[in-house]
Amino acid sequence: MRLETPIARVRGLGSARSGAHHWWLERLTSVSTLLLFVWLIVSLLRLPGLDHKNVTTWLASPLAAVPMLLLIASTFWHLKLGLQVVIEDYVHEEGLRLFSIVLLNFFTLAAAALAVFAVLKIALAPAVAA
Amino acid sequence: MLVSILHRVTGTGLATLGAAAFVWWLAAAASGAEAYETFTAWATSWLGVLIGVGLSWAFFQHALSGLRHFVMDIGAGYELEANKFWAMMTLAGSIVLTSFFWLYLAMGR
Repeated sequence: MRLETPIARVRGLGSARSGAHHWWLERLTSVSTLLLFVWLIVSLLRLPGLDHKNVTTWLASPLAAVPMLLLIASTFWHLKLGLQVVIEDYVHEEGLRLFSIVLLNFFTLAAAALAVFAVLKIALAPAVAA
Repeated sequence: MLVSILHRVTGTGLATLGAAAFVWWLAAAASGAEAYETFTAWATSWLGVLIGVGLSWAFFQHALSGLRHFVMDIGAGYELEANKFWAMMTLAGSIVLTSFFWLYLAMGR
């Protein structure tokens, strides 16, 4: 006789242990990434030009820098979740899979950090100089 | 089937090539006018434009099939006819959006 309730058996106990959470975060970040990219595309198309001066002046304003930072967080989180599923599906050898996922985490974080730093440098540069 | 595979292919392309181009663009902008010049010289070369068209199409395709997945997540659109129709619409939609995007870039400003 099973003493646990059916819900206790279902909760978080799929074969991967944490599938539902990953699935949910992938959906959540897909919505935020899509919204922020619509914002980015519209903003860039509305700029008078895409040269250095126009882009950095625009990115220096808080209303561009903050959404851009959110976009970086959302996008890199989403692409990390997505690529992880691709790795899990196609890399079958256990050790290589683990290695790939470790690399994926490192590269994603490094690229996101670089992007965040670039935005902060542009956004905070005038304040530092003044 | 095709659209489902394309969702993965475009997602992987955007996550690798797209993310690299995006980070390069931001890092170049932060590094100064000269580094930015190098980026724009690449981005406006024939290869850069080709990659740009590819990435923008990949973005629209991935976004549209992503929206289609949302509809399917709530349990709708599994009838063969409807499923096929909306799969085809993501293909047509991404081509239309990519065309509008580049037409606007070329002539709109």
